Amino acid sequence: MTTDDCAEVTFLLQADFDGELDVGGSARVAAHVANCADCAAKQAALGDLSGRLGTEASYHAAPDRLRRSIETALAASRTAAPPAPIPLARPAAASRVRAAGGWRARALPFGAGAAMAAVLALAMILPRGGDLTDSVVSSHIRALQPGHLMDVVSTDQHTVKPWFDGRLDYAPPVKDLASQGFPLIGGRLDYLAGRPVAALAYRRAQHVVDLYVWPSSSTIESPPGSGEHSGYNYLRWTQDEMVFWAVSDLNKTELGEFADRWRASP
Amino acid sequence: MTEAAEAAPPFEQIVLPHLDAAYNLARWLVRDRSLAEDIVQDAVLRALRYFPSFRGGDGRAWLLQIVRNTAYSTLKARRPGTEVPVGGGAEDENGEGFGLDVPDPGPDPEAALAQQQDLARLDAALAALPIELRECLVLCELEKLSYKDIARVTQVPIGTVMSRLWRARRALMRLHAVGGF
Repeated sequence: MTTDDCAEVTFLLQADFDGELDVGGSARVAAHVANCADCAAKQAALGDLSGRLGTEASYHAAPDRLRRSIETALAASRTAAPPAPIPLARPAAASRVRAAGGWRARALPFGAGAAMAAVLALAMILPRGGDLTDSVVSSHIRALQPGHLMDVVSTDQHTVKPWFDGRLDYAPPVKDLASQGFPLIGGRLDYLAGRPVAALAYRRAQHVVDLYVWPSSSTIESPPGSGEHSGYNYLRWTQDEMVFWAVSDLNKTELGEFADRWRASP
Repeated sequence: MTEAAEAAPPFEQIVLPHLDAAYNLARWLVRDRSLAEDIVQDAVLRALRYFPSFRGGDGRAWLLQIVRNTAYSTLKARRPGTEVPVGGGAEDENGEGFGLDVPDPGPDPEAALAQQQDLARLDAALAALPIELRECLVLCELEKLSYKDIARVTQVPIGTVMSRLWRARRALMRLHAVGGF
């Protein structure tokens, strides 16, 4: 056998060992190994190493402490804010009131993780009456916490837009408004009133503008309007059969400017 | 309590069976007990947040991908300025040029080799592999993931997975004089 053949067979040998080859591939490997002492030794070495790794390399099973902590955090999040950890995203206000009792009853005896505690604290601070405005604004506030702003970080609309493919059942429009003073900084998936929605993040100086987009035909009612909630301004409109919610700590004028630029942009 | 409390919701059913795999991967990636615990806890909460985008199938590869991303961003944050390869990148297809991230064995390689053949050293040699080789071998040998799932978790093409696996194995074989490669 030539060296080239053996180099080619190495990966096949390994794939065969790992159970990744079909019958034809395995037969090819077997035929080569039968006539090549080097590759036969390689094959034996693969088995030897694998056997030793199986007995000598540590398998780190999850400690009970970690398991309990995670189960507690999940139980707390389930009773506090199902179906996703966006507080107040649940459509029925009545179930939220029930859930509040459940949270106290279940979560307090245990020490939930710090991250979950922050989420729960937020759920307690925000008004409980709420509607979609609650959900959108609390989602925006939550996103501002470290590490939560973006799933895909990019200033390129051609990177952000395809990222949503397969993650949503619609294609949200993505525009970069950098030339108009609102650069795109990324996108993420959020969960509002029981459905995943696209959230686009823009920057204006030190302020972040979140733009939530979903099809207007969806079950989430959203007439055009604007207002202020928990110190954040929001603005919503409908365009090309999509509903848009812009939320930010920008002042009303600048947020209005953002919406105008977005609507006017091709 | 509503009836929802009776049966665990789908997220728990999909994620909780894979906590061992999640912690094992995190431990091998960051090589630190308490950091690995933090990473798994964080990853599970992230997974809960991404759950709407989970499209069925194997929950293990999905969770492990989140664990891996969480571990990489944690490592990056803890060591600013240190480059942590995030997959892809230039690959040496011949597998040359990849050494072990271990101290030089010193002037007496035979003695060093003998020393390395004890139980603790194979563990240590695996832990000392470059992270992108180590994660492939751990997922393959300890988790028995398919190449396809390893490619998904590590976010590189299957060809790269195969090349990394071979480099990882050859490095350990050489160090441990298994088969003479």
